[in-house]
Amino acid sequence: MNKLSSPDELEKLRKSIIKRRDPNKPCVTICGGTGCLALRGERVITAFNQEIKRQRLETKVDVRVTGCPGFCERGPLVVIKPQNIFYQRVGEEDVPEIVSETVLKGNIIDRLLYPDPNTGKKIIYEPEVPFYEKQKRLIIGNNELIDPTTIDDYLAVGGYTALSKVLFGMSPEEVIGEVKKSGLRGRGGGGFPTGVKWETCRRAPGDTRYIICNCDEGDPGAFMDRSLMEGNPHSVVEGMIIGAYAIGGHQGYVYVRNEYPLAVRNARIAIKQAEEYGLLGKDILGSGFDFSIRINRGGGAFVCGESSALMASLEGKVGEPRAKYVHTVEKGLWDKPTNLNNVETWANIPLIINRGADWYAEIGTPRSKGTKIFSLVGKVNNTGLVEVPMGMTLREVIFDIGGGIPKGKKFKGVQTGGPSGGILPESLLDLPVDFDELTKVGSMMGSGGMIVMDEDNCVVDIAKYFISFLEGESCGKCVPCREGLKRMREILTDITEGRGEEGDIELLERLSTVLIDGSLCALGTTAPNPVLTTIRYFRDEYEAHVRDKKCPAGVCKELVTYQIIEEKCPGCGLCVKACPVEAITFMGKKKPVVLDQEKCIKCGACYDVCKLGAIAIK
Amino acid sequence: MDNYQHDKGMLVSILQDIQAEYNYLPEEVLVEVSQVLGAPLSQVYSVATFFKAFSLEPRGRYLINVCLGTACHVRGAVKVLEAIERELDIKAGGTTKDLKFTLETVNCVGCCALGPVVIIGGEYYGQMKTDKVKALLENYA
Repeated sequence: MNKLSSPDELEKLRKSIIKRRDPNKPCVTICGGTGCLALRGERVITAFNQEIKRQRLETKVDVRVTGCPGFCERGPLVVIKPQNIFYQRVGEEDVPEIVSETVLKGNIIDRLLYPDPNTGKKIIYEPEVPFYEKQKRLIIGNNELIDPTTIDDYLAVGGYTALSKVLFGMSPEEVIGEVKKSGLRGRGGGGFPTGVKWETCRRAPGDTRYIICNCDEGDPGAFMDRSLMEGNPHSVVEGMIIGAYAIGGHQGYVYVRNEYPLAVRNARIAIKQAEEYGLLGKDILGSGFDFSIRINRGGGAFVCGESSALMASLEGKVGEPRAKYVHTVEKGLWDKPTNLNNVETWANIPLIINRGADWYAEIGTPRSKGTKIFSLVGKVNNTGLVEVPMGMTLREVIFDIGGGIPKGKKFKGVQTGGPSGGILPESLLDLPVDFDELTKVGSMMGSGGMIVMDEDNCVVDIAKYFISFLEGESCGKCVPCREGLKRMREILTDITEGRGEEGDIELLERLSTVLIDGSLCALGTTAPNPVLTTIRYFRDEYEAHVRDKKCPAGVCKELVTYQIIEEKCPGCGLCVKACPVEAITFMGKKKPVVLDQEKCIKCGACYDVCKLGAIAIK
Repeated sequence: MDNYQHDKGMLVSILQDIQAEYNYLPEEVLVEVSQVLGAPLSQVYSVATFFKAFSLEPRGRYLINVCLGTACHVRGAVKVLEAIERELDIKAGGTTKDLKFTLETVNCVGCCALGPVVIIGGEYYGQMKTDKVKALLENYA
């Protein structure tokens, strides 16, 4: 492949790619994202390739391994095009039948269809699945149309059009103006206006400027950046090149977590292909503009998502943040002006350039524009990635798209914003989700994690979880964060283990103020949010732990006992076998088993194994 | 290190590759890295100990990673971890005496929709429950 040296050549190539493709040719698209692969999707992919070969259909049927469409709960996912027949939970054993019946004859295989959990109705076509119906999939939607390891697939859906438009029709200032006008705010957590950041970086004194893509998605519970980098890496690369042109940078870095091996691989492939096509490197598309990208892998440190810590790590140093009296846009990597945006932010850029800032600004709320991808996980029926316009209410996301809480349990709260965010109660379900509304109620947008909890989750335990997480991830450079989190974790541990005292709740609140006021970086200043919001919205649960030494949700081990509900126990003995400490005794058939509280270590093995609900946690 | 043009900025990536090769970071290799890159050994050591993913001790043949991300946590990941600890008679961070398994925890691998997730030797197992632990580990016997 010769390098493309003009926008015309790019368009010619695109036309020839599209011309070669017959939109009516059957195509089996299989999700190759980490979620589906974890569900043995690899075997489904192999099975399809083998079956197509066995039936000598190589020229008649395409097989495309795509990025993650988001509906991980139901993986492995297979969509048969052109009809868009949607099969879920596909196993390798289903493959021969799918090829013979659906691909060749168009017959539907009923057992592989998705049943609507509320109506039981089987849904045949992908766009009609309620999980997708209410979404607005501007960013993530392309994931399922392309094979992320093939640049031609990205070109076929209009890839790199925005780049060509920018390089040959817009000045850097015009690009910045467009991004500012769009109202795009950073998707990584802070929500800083992207265009303003670019402008500041462009105006910062100095000749060398760096561009960074933050794919160090450390927020436990969020995986949209992983999915985009795995599923559509070229959209991120294109966004970065446009940003580099606008800001005046020639070297870019993608900082990606090593826990995301597939994202690392696909980003590498994308960069290499873009270089081969002349879309990266020297004299991009013959415009005279140079830009190249390198990949750096992180080592599993949450704090490295913080911009100055990330840059320290890029320099080969320990990933500790610094006080940002001088912002990284002025003095960042190697003390040069550096512009860092996260994956999802970069992926928005080509869209804004292609469709225009005015179009983009129509979507969302007055101060939060566009769509946002949320990772809807935890105790919710349809888990996965959800892209919706800013301003949709929590209720719509969790109940309409997410399909509500499994097993008829009661909704308790939803954690937004990851460890730096807060847990919001049922009374706030009608809150429109945007940057400012979430901040107002003590939480934040963060990178878009949305973790749903039901009545079986204990909020004090969750607060302890986040504080322990942050304690472990605190780099230890500043005292309020290092020592404050340790103390908070100790107090929370005492509360969850029955040693809570009157005044502990107030002490937590006081300590929180110290962290908020005195910490060096956002890890520390936002760390108390999970504690403060849970105290604010679920104070009675804290009080139950402290005063009554009870865990209402039945989670905190030291405060609960396991009990056999005799009326429900038929003495099947499953729990007897499961118990690792022989605390349960078999009393004969049809007689309830007996649990010895002295021996019980409260591991929950019996509870998990009992299919009849005969074990209670009190 | 030639792959990275002896670039100090690629230290984390270099250590990742070494660990992938040896399963841990042997002392003599760290000394060599420091010499070749011209970076002080203290810097190499501080980076090697700062990041969670690195180990200075030899590890088992199969690395078990139990995800303790939030989504996994709310679905009972701790119980699964405890079940594995009991089954292998080691604590998180430990290695079995026969050097077969090393048990570690990780804060989110991005498979949140499938939690609780356990990864053994690079294979992902989603929707784990305590009663599946024994059978799962026996696969690696």
